[in-house]
Amino acid sequence: MDLSSAQVIGAGLAAIGVGAAATGVGNVFGSFLEGALRNPSAADGQQGRLFIGFAAAELLGLIAFAVAMIILYAPPAA
Amino acid sequence: MIRGKSVAEEGKIDPMYQFEVQPILEGLGFNLFGQEINFTNSALWMFVVLVTIYLFMRGGMKRELVPGRWQLMVEGVIGFVDNIIDTSIGPNGKKYTPWVFTLFMFILFANWWGMMPVGIVGIHPFTVTSQFTVTGLLAAISFSIVLIVGFWKHGFKFFSLFVPHGTPLPMIPLIFMVELLSFLVRPFSLALRLFVAMIAGHILVKVFANFVIQSIDAGGASLLVAGLSIVFIAFVSALELLVCAIQAYVFALLTSLYINDAENLH
Repeated sequence: MDLSSAQVIGAGLAAIGVGAAATGVGNVFGSFLEGALRNPSAADGQQGRLFIGFAAAELLGLIAFAVAMIILYAPPAA
Repeated sequence: MIRGKSVAEEGKIDPMYQFEVQPILEGLGFNLFGQEINFTNSALWMFVVLVTIYLFMRGGMKRELVPGRWQLMVEGVIGFVDNIIDTSIGPNGKKYTPWVFTLFMFILFANWWGMMPVGIVGIHPFTVTSQFTVTGLLAAISFSIVLIVGFWKHGFKFFSLFVPHGTPLPMIPLIFMVELLSFLVRPFSLALRLFVAMIAGHILVKVFANFVIQSIDAGGASLLVAGLSIVFIAFVSALELLVCAIQAYVFALLTSLYINDAENLH
């Protein structure tokens, strides 16, 4: 296997993390809805926390994406 | 990958080309301590963003007794930011409103300008917030506010931020290091989140734009792919408009949370 194809495969593997972060973000909003529907009057006060959780989960996915892009666009090792 | 030769080569779009900072108005450039100082497309779009914010605010600050639609819009945004600060910092937070409001408006308008389809009239928008230097600077200013306020108000007691209440004595060194690390990572995570989110969305759209061009070139049955891609681009663009707003909100929210740490300790 030559190096440039290994690079592309590596980038693809790194992108798995984005999918994992998608699960995380879905979990954040899903759990929020689950709780919010049980007690709708308390839901509005928790929106800040919802978005903090979303931001934390999303950041990891974005880091995975950044790593994938760095691998994909790195100058091919000679 | 060779950048800068966007569409001409092989009928492909280089998705990274849109993030390139290029000097425009060549005559204005000068040399400062060995650094090229130029008026770039990034600077131009920052001006556009500032002018838009100015016009937006100007139109709604007429203080009419019966607010019109525009004034309602401006009051809505101000109330929104006020609310973020009120819930996360509390009564002491009033003095930070200008900075958080500036952050929110600048990021929101810069993100949205980057999504505007003005490319069809030949003006290609540049997303100011897709550069780490820009988001990094915003995050650095926020972080310096936290440090300055923290040490100004609490002196060395500010370090108690890194030791939560009720930590068992033998655990204190470990917890201190972990909390310190998570504190120092904050500006990077703040800057990285915004910049990568913007880059990711734009690359996604451009990759699918690439599909459209290539499948139209191929002709025949692959025209179906072109059609699907265009529909997909429309949906992703709509989603991106939402993400733009969420990212601006998250940046402002996290900044005010970090300022809360400095203002009120625990």
